[in-house]
Amino acid sequence: MRVEAFLEESRRRHPDKIALVAGGARLSYADLDAAASRCANALRARGLARGDRVVIFLNNSVEAVVSIFGTLKAGGVFSVVNPGTKADKLAWLLEKYRATALVTERRLLPVAAEAIPRAPSLVLALVAGARDLPAGLVAWDAALAAAGEAPVADRGIDVDLAMIVTTSGSTGVPKGVMMTHQNVVAAATSITTYLQSSPEDRVLSVLPLAFDYGLYQVLMSVKVGATLVLEKSFTYPSLVLQKLKEERITGLPVVPTMVAILLQMKDIAPGDFPDLRYVTSTAAALPPAHIQRLQDLFPATRLYSMYGLTECKRCTWLPPEELRRRPGSVGIAIPGTEAWIVDESGRRVAPGVVGELVIRGAHVFKGYWENPEETDKMLKPGPWPWEKVLHTGDLFKADADGYLYFIGRKDDIIKTAGEKVSPKEVENAIYALPGIRHAAVIGVPDAVLGQAIRAVVVAEPDSGLTERGVIAHCAAHLESFMVPGVVEFRGELPQGPTGKIRRSQLQAEAARRALGLPAADAEAVAP
Amino acid sequence: MQQADISASVRTFINDNFLFREGIEAIADDASFLDAGIIDSTGVLELVSYLEDTWGITVADDEMVPENFDSIRGLVAYLQRKRDDARALRPGPVPAFAGT
Repeated sequence: MRVEAFLEESRRRHPDKIALVAGGARLSYADLDAAASRCANALRARGLARGDRVVIFLNNSVEAVVSIFGTLKAGGVFSVVNPGTKADKLAWLLEKYRATALVTERRLLPVAAEAIPRAPSLVLALVAGARDLPAGLVAWDAALAAAGEAPVADRGIDVDLAMIVTTSGSTGVPKGVMMTHQNVVAAATSITTYLQSSPEDRVLSVLPLAFDYGLYQVLMSVKVGATLVLEKSFTYPSLVLQKLKEERITGLPVVPTMVAILLQMKDIAPGDFPDLRYVTSTAAALPPAHIQRLQDLFPATRLYSMYGLTECKRCTWLPPEELRRRPGSVGIAIPGTEAWIVDESGRRVAPGVVGELVIRGAHVFKGYWENPEETDKMLKPGPWPWEKVLHTGDLFKADADGYLYFIGRKDDIIKTAGEKVSPKEVENAIYALPGIRHAAVIGVPDAVLGQAIRAVVVAEPDSGLTERGVIAHCAAHLESFMVPGVVEFRGELPQGPTGKIRRSQLQAEAARRALGLPAADAEAVAP
Repeated sequence: MQQADISASVRTFINDNFLFREGIEAIADDASFLDAGIIDSTGVLELVSYLEDTWGITVADDEMVPENFDSIRGLVAYLQRKRDDARALRPGPVPAFAGT
């Protein structure tokens, strides 16, 4: 089965049912499927061929959802790019994926227009919400209005690539996670099974579609024929809560930062949301105290604590019945997949022993886009000779019943507000600033963000650099969630024997400080 | 406290906490923070702390909406309204201004 069949099947079953509510529009399954078909034909008419990449640079919107299914109906491969991405990185991604088409919107046009001339593979740039465009850009509305709805003939088969999801790598260079239609169908089927999703569901998502957790809200809702209410952000939580009531939402996916914000709100009371059947949380561990308070706030709601990584979409889920007994656990392998823990030599470890989590299943990705070295670090030979399994790079232990507990990451990726940030990528941006001698970026504990980003730098004498200057420089080159909240200037940074900066020492120091402990004396760092 | 002072304090807060993070020099009083991409949910919480700590008001959940929070003009009008309400309810000196 291919992913666009989710939409086509749901349309066949209930054409008049509302599929998508976004930006004031309400689209039925017939509306959404027709728009996606027109998008597919518009792309094909302008040169998109089977297997070609379409980069979707849009805020959460009707156009974003139509572009996803339109690309698949055209036999293309889509990649959603975070709308906060700056021009340099967008240009880099367009070039890296050799994108044939870009779909963007009026508000993002200043960034897109800077990136487009630097992407020689692009033959088409569609712009939503704009008229009177400069030459070379095509208006979305006009292109779709002029296109037909006939199915594209040679769209491909289910082992073809469906999407590339960009993720942060510890090397500082983003990686493109390749997912086939089969991968997506397997993951979406497994997750909707344990969520007990049905056409009666009404899901509200504020998560960006560039984040696979947000993207799958679209894919899964369309798969089961539910209604998706898509919001641009969680910026105004009370508006989101109002939508929750108005639309009688049954499913709400959150990240821990949203929970921290919800729990700070003063005017919500237990029982305010009687329709809410489930809340899911992933991206980082929810503090057990937050789990309890969330359950108090939503007494009749099933809370799902989950863990995953982009390379297989989702690894584990904790059945809600277990939440009270094992609040710190992220559960068991998702249905139809396997998860186990291995030691350094690849042998399975006993309960209670910490090791690396390994995942096996049809949801495991096919590799990173044109990056075999990084792929080989994640996909390794497993117990059977015919396949490779996913080495997550995350440290876990299991209890006696096989429930899994996240311990930490093997690499130094920072998790902030549900986003993965490579310290290296931020450090690279800081090093581009004249006057920086050394830079190290670490995550420090933060009640709302999970981890906040702190840069510790050594500046050249008389560089004139200020905290504000460093932050502004980062903001001009990085997505906003990657920008350090604090920049600390020091005379020197701890270094290893080869002169490599010991980021882990700074990280440990920050953790001790957060716990109110004195700096470890042997490892003490000069102020 | 005069409206001009409120306006200056709000503008300084927005400049110091949001604008420079996005490399923006200045923003018009009626420009949308969301459209300019300078605010997110944690930014709204920072605004709430600023309003409550600096101006001694209490921000209700349902007041955290774009009409009140999405532009300098909206913020100033909201703050003025809240302070007028407080003054009407409680005769005597308005809470001291801790800003600038």
